[in-house]
Amino acid sequence: MTAPLLDIKDLQLGVALGQSIHPLLKSVSFQIMPGEAYGLVGESGSGKSVTSLAVMGLLKKPLAVSSGKILFKGQDLLALPKREMRRLRGNRVAMIFQEPMTALNPLSTVGRQIAEMFVLHQGKSWREAKKLAVEALSNVRVPNPDRRAKSYPHQMSGGLRQRVMIAMALACNPDLLIADEPTTALDVTVQAEVLRLIKELCAERGTAVLFISHDLGVIASICQRVGVMYAGCLVEENETRALFDTPRHDYTRGLLGALPRLGSRSQHGRQRLVDIDSIIADRSKLTDTRFIAPRGTEGSQP
Amino acid sequence: MTPPLLQVDDLHVRFPISGGGLLGKGRRMLHAVNGISFSLAKGECLSIVGESGCGKSTTALSILGLQEPTEGTIRYRGQPLAGPGAPGRMQRAKAVQMVFQDPYASLNPRQSVRSSLAAPLRLHGVTAGSEIEGRIEAMLKNVGLTPEHATRYPHEFSGGQRQRIGIARALILEPEIVVLDEPVSALDVSIRAQIINLLLDLQEKLGLSYLMISHDLSVVEHMSDRVLVMYFGQIVEEGGWRAIFETPAHPYTRRLIAAIPDPNAALSPPAKEDRHTADRPQLAAHSFVSDGSRAPDVFTAPPSSKLVEIALNHKVRLAATLSD
Repeated sequence: MTAPLLDIKDLQLGVALGQSIHPLLKSVSFQIMPGEAYGLVGESGSGKSVTSLAVMGLLKKPLAVSSGKILFKGQDLLALPKREMRRLRGNRVAMIFQEPMTALNPLSTVGRQIAEMFVLHQGKSWREAKKLAVEALSNVRVPNPDRRAKSYPHQMSGGLRQRVMIAMALACNPDLLIADEPTTALDVTVQAEVLRLIKELCAERGTAVLFISHDLGVIASICQRVGVMYAGCLVEENETRALFDTPRHDYTRGLLGALPRLGSRSQHGRQRLVDIDSIIADRSKLTDTRFIAPRGTEGSQP
Repeated sequence: MTPPLLQVDDLHVRFPISGGGLLGKGRRMLHAVNGISFSLAKGECLSIVGESGCGKSTTALSILGLQEPTEGTIRYRGQPLAGPGAPGRMQRAKAVQMVFQDPYASLNPRQSVRSSLAAPLRLHGVTAGSEIEGRIEAMLKNVGLTPEHATRYPHEFSGGQRQRIGIARALILEPEIVVLDEPVSALDVSIRAQIINLLLDLQEKLGLSYLMISHDLSVVEHMSDRVLVMYFGQIVEEGGWRAIFETPAHPYTRRLIAAIPDPNAALSPPAKEDRHTADRPQLAAHSFVSDGSRAPDVFTAPPSSKLVEIALNHKVRLAATLSD
């Protein structure tokens, strides 16, 4: 069996409040195999974004990891010196953020921002890097990449900006791409295009994906395995198909029933949506049970 | 025949774009809404779907009286709501109210729930303290809050509770029409279900008519009686929810539906294809002015086209030359 690309072991992190630490993640463990797309789903505050920030080494005070390991290709990222981490970040592990407007530098052309990746991580000259940046833009199917490289972020639509983010993230062919709600701010048809793009490019290059979303539909269309987070815990993990067909945790069942599904009204008539609180007697007890399915021998690999 | 509750006829909204030549010569006009007509019946939920910039919010603002139409009429029970002879804001407020998308931004942080709800009542001549209290109490119960919540401020509530307050504020004057502008898109998944259930309950209980603006098609399918699909200021398809979702005719409608990340479809793609090809009205590709894959020029009036009825109450926009 191949070694996992990312192996998060018993990660706990919290907000430091004076002497005490208020826990945000209570022991989260999961693995991502090379080339695998793994989805983390959960509501606001469930801890999915801090998990990704911890992997990127971007936690800021007062957030701090209190225990656990984040092994990337066997190397513990938490023990890595800052300098080393900086070399890894953007190079081997890259991230796409939710808001493409705030994540891009408004004062610099997108071509220059992408070129920077090649200069910083691959030691290219600016001249060469700019050519590569145009190529990167055409890879994410931006029309007129030559001209677009000279545009500033504000001159682009949300969908184009998100493509620029993807081009930047994939510039150095990372082993792991973290996508934190990358399509939440986009229109549905643009969302569909961006999702397809992420899926195709990552499959082409064998890039593993950690995809974070609150939208189960988005997760299903891109991920092979899914982890459901609630209140800082991974309460259920399974292969996507199995999770949707036979959710085992009350919370997962609630999440799946809470959303109107396309086509269900024509098949079954209008049914009252599941109120999560009505099937869960005590939210504080939710994290007591966890269902983590063992990794299957088939299907988990792309 | 009694006029419909709300009747919109040939609504146009154009915005002048700054710039252009001297003395406004050559000033360009942005065609936001291009001749929209529809009616809303009592107790009905009509949804307008489309992407950002398609004109759905401008249409709603016109109905609320917040955006003067460039052309066209909007009638409420046969009386004009905009243009000459239109009632003032006070009367309009009793007819149409709005629930906003973001419950964090739409409530005044310095007003308690009580004063948020009491202000419109006082403005509309309800002065007796006991009546105000009574109505606020009843309304809070209606939206699933308790009378004790009245003394609190918005920051003390969760997102779902805030949206309940937003709904209470919209309903306190007992309007007949409520415009729902993406009422659940800012809410967490588990809260969405509660608010959708609440809106449907209130509609039934109070006989409300909803005009819902949304780009979340699964919510639209769940809640609507009829659906209008808008694309660059025009209605490209109109019909009952079943017609729109089971037999969509316009390529843009199909594209919108196909774009929804639907777990069922993602995990078993063939099933979805069956559903959409099943007795779909067959129209040649060239009969459409645009298939929605390329953005038209918003600075010129759209090419002539017509809404043609292809089945009972199911209309689709076709190029004018073909429909004649």
